[in-house]
Parts: sequence; structure tokens; C-alpha cells
Amino acid sequence: MARSVYEHFFQEHMIPALTIENLSKVYGNGFEALKGISLEVQQGDFFAMLGPNGAGKSTTIGIICSLVAKSAGRVAVFDVDIDQDFAAAKKYIGIVPQEFNFNQFEQPMDIVINQAGYYGLPAGLARERAEKYLKALGIWDKREVPSRMLSGGMKRRLMIARALVHEPKLLILDEPTAGVDIEMRRSMWDFLKKINAQGTTIILTTHYLEEAEALCRHIAIINRGEIVEHCSIKALLRRLQREVFILDCVEEVAGPVAISGFHVQVVDAHTLEVAIEKGQYINQVFEQLGRQGIHVSSMRNKANRLEEMFVNLVEGAA
Amino acid sequence: MTLKEQYIAFMTIVRKEIKRYLRIWTQTLLPSAITMSLYFVIFGSLIGSRIGEMGGFTYMQFVVPGLIMMAIVTNSYSNVVSSFFGSKFNNSVEELLVSPTPNYVILLGYVVGGISRGILVAIVVTIVSLFFTHLHIHSYFVVVVIVLLTSTLFALAGFINAVFANNFDDISIIPTFVLTPLIYLGGVFYSMDLLPDFWAGVSKLNPLVYVVNAFRYGVLGVSDVSLPFAFGMITLFTVLAFTYSLHLLNSGKRLRQ
Repeated sequence: MARSVYEHFFQEHMIPALTIENLSKVYGNGFEALKGISLEVQQGDFFAMLGPNGAGKSTTIGIICSLVAKSAGRVAVFDVDIDQDFAAAKKYIGIVPQEFNFNQFEQPMDIVINQAGYYGLPAGLARERAEKYLKALGIWDKREVPSRMLSGGMKRRLMIARALVHEPKLLILDEPTAGVDIEMRRSMWDFLKKINAQGTTIILTTHYLEEAEALCRHIAIINRGEIVEHCSIKALLRRLQREVFILDCVEEVAGPVAISGFHVQVVDAHTLEVAIEKGQYINQVFEQLGRQGIHVSSMRNKANRLEEMFVNLVEGAA
Repeated sequence: MTLKEQYIAFMTIVRKEIKRYLRIWTQTLLPSAITMSLYFVIFGSLIGSRIGEMGGFTYMQFVVPGLIMMAIVTNSYSNVVSSFFGSKFNNSVEELLVSPTPNYVILLGYVVGGISRGILVAIVVTIVSLFFTHLHIHSYFVVVVIVLLTSTLFALAGFINAVFANNFDDISIIPTFVLTPLIYLGGVFYSMDLLPDFWAGVSKLNPLVYVVNAFRYGVLGVSDVSLPFAFGMITLFTVLAFTYSLHLLNSGKRLRQ
């Protein structure tokens, strides 16, 4: 009996949140948006989909949530094949699209409650959930304001509240922080981290690579309808061959600085730029600078590390 | 979805639709009441008194059923066409498309929204008409059935128009250039007996003739066309329109990429 319960628990948790196999999409004008992509997202993951504009990210999301008809391939959400029982698969999914897609004359409370109704939630529960998520996302005070009066950031948060009202196991966000100010972006990140920690699997497409690095554990990079990378973010970053650091120095740097084995450039009187190749240690830089009487007060990456990798992968595939 | 969940989804759409047209009642309910009042004053009272009897009734009594039916047809049609096209235009239709709500529930929700507006405006127009004439209902059964069938048919027609519409011009072309002429030529203001044989024959190709006459039979007990035939035609067109609308939703034509 105990074994059977264990097996059931194990099997249930082994089911991927999303399985995509050989998915392709050819639009009516002949444009091949997806060329047979395959990927898997595990339960509880925070997964990033990256890619330049027109890479196929939104098409993939559109197919998962039924707004785009696939040309070939298989999609399963928590092992429910969308071709067999799309209604059951849809119950698992909450979607936050890139563009605002609610009636701007309606009030936020009505928008969220109506969405709950479309998932068959009784009125009392719908009201309760609407209150819970509008409060959690900081727009409860605006619940009876016509939604066109909300700021861009509030509209995005309204779409997140709407997507969560039926408490989906898989939340898909298509560039949720586009056009959102830094403070609001951070608060949105905190919220997404929280619901991910509570067990919601999250798939995110974003242009902000910093966002993917800060939030996600796994990543797929799509370019021209093909997946060019699909792994953990840590594994991806480990493959970086070269990183450039900016060092802020306490002492004034007079003239050129030489560090054996490293390429160094003086940016200004208190700033150096040092390239660290794979296998080298930054401690060696500090030691050599220390011997020259230069002490480093702080340091940072010159560019986002993931951004460098992304550019390399996308340009490499071009 | 279970049946109970489907019912909740259906009622959500209906409530949303009713709330929408009540919110903008000056655009949805008031114009019909004003227009019909003007028809009653001008055609019924001023000109009608000089026309005399038509079909055995005063002209006012004769035009009232047609004008009520005209309100039902235009309102059930325009409610669905503007609401569904609006949701397509602002992409809020995606709220429904990504949900597990079955397509037939989506269709029924919009159609019942259209029916409810048609009936509400019909009640308003009927009340207005009572200031001008006395109404005696000949058959409540015929009145109820024909009102439900007609509003369903034209709500479905509005839905089909909305699916194919690409811009706001497209949702006014059919009401302006097709629906209005068919209504005016559908025997609202005159009896078919007044037409020469040829034009009376041509008029029988107009589906509004059956709608208006069947309803007039329900109210006054007179009709220019056979009642069973009228019922049969309206039912047939309703079934065809429902089947085609559902096909459009299932295929995702102009709704999904």
C-alpha cells in the first residue's frame, strides 16, 4: 500500500508541466514560424524562453493556449494532449499575453470575476479569488475604476490577476514587464518568485536577459523557429569563455597598467576594464594590482553575462 | 467542463452582455424607443388617420406589430454584431478562447445576450405603443415563439457578421444596406394585398415578410402568409445560422491564427 502511494506520488511529480514535440507552424502566407521544435518544462520550474523578435516565442505560446492552430507536432500540458482534451489542458494554464487584451471599458473587478466564470468558478469563489489576487498585485484600490484609466504597469498586473484567478498550475507570461518601470518590475519579480515557490510552474518570455537570469532556472533560446539552446541557466553561464569586469579603484591610476596574463584597459583615472578568460581567476588580478599599490573598491560585469551568451548563440545560428 | 461549470460560464457571458448594453443604455435602448415613438406619431397617428383601415384594423393597430418586430430584429442583431466585433477588435475575445468554455456555450451566451436586448426593447416599444392604441393579443403562444425564434435568428446573423467583419464599417454595411431595406419591404407598413401580383411574389423571397406576418398574426390574428410555412422557414434559417456560427467558432476562422 505504502509502495503504491509512493509510486503514485512519484509518477505524478514526474509528469512534465509542458511537453512539446516536433511542433511546427506555417502561417497562411507561407512563413514558417516554428520548424519542429521540442522542449520539456518540468513541474515547479521557472523557465525562460528567449529569442529575438519574430523568433517564434509568441507563436509557441499561442499554440499552447489555443490562439494559434499548430501545423504539426504534439503539445501536452501535465500529460493532457491538447488534441485529445484541450478543455482539460486549458484548465491547467493561465496566460498573460504581450498585448493588453481586456475590454478597457470594464472594471478590473468585473474583468477578473468574468474570467473566473469562464473557468466555471462559482460566483462566491470568483469574488474571493478576485479580491485575493487584486490585493496581492496591488490594484485592489482600483477595482472599480474603468480599466482604461490604469497605468501600463497596473494593466499588466491586472492581466496577471486575471490569469491566476482559476489558480492554474502553469502560468505563461509573454513579456510581462515590457514597458514597466524598474520599481514595479522588481515588485512583479517578487510576486512571481513567490507564486513559483508555492508550486506554480512559470514560463516567461522576455527581452530583459537580466530578468531571465534573476528569475529562471532553465532556459530555451529560440531563433528563426528553432531551439538553439535548452538547458539550465547555470549550465549556460558555465560555458562563458570570457567575461569583462569593470574595476573601481581606490587610488588614482596613472598611466597604463599591466597585469601578467590578462588584457587590461584603463577607462579613466579610477576605472579599469579587465578581461577574464575561462580558467583564469580574478584573485590573480587583485594580487597583481595590490602589488602595484592599486586597491579595488568594487567591481561589476561590463555587460549582462547572459546577454553575451545570447548574442553569441543567436549570431552563431545566423 | 462539467455541466454546472458550463452553466456558470454561460451565465457569465449573458450577465456581461446585459451589463454592457445597460451601461450604455443611451446608445442601445433609448434610440429605439425614440425612433418607434416617432413612427407611431407620424405613420400611426398623423398619416395613419388619413389612410383608414388596413387588413380590417386601424392603420395604427396594423403597424404596431411590425414596428415591434423591427425593434427586435435590429436590436438582437446589432447587440451581437457590435459586442462580438468589439471583443475581437480589442482582443478581449481571447479571454474566452483561452478558457475551457465550449464553443457552443460562447455562442449561446452571446445569442441570449442579443435576445434579451431584443425583448427588452420590444417591451419598451410595446409600452410606448399603448399610448397610441389599444393592443389585444390574439395568440400568446405565437407571439412568444415568434419573438424567441426571430431574435435568435437575427442574433446569430449578427454573430456571423461580427466574425467576418474586419473594421467598424463592416458591421454597419449589412444593417444599413441589407437589413433595413428588407425590414421596410417586409410588410411593416403595408399589407401584401396592396402590391401587384408580381411584387407580392417577389416579396415572398424576403424572410422579413414571414417574421413580420407571423408576429402580426400573433397580435392581430391576420397574416399575409401561411403561418406554418412562416414558422418552418424561420426555424430552418435559425438552425442553419446556428450550425454555421458554431462551425465558424470551431474552425477558428478569423478568430485564431
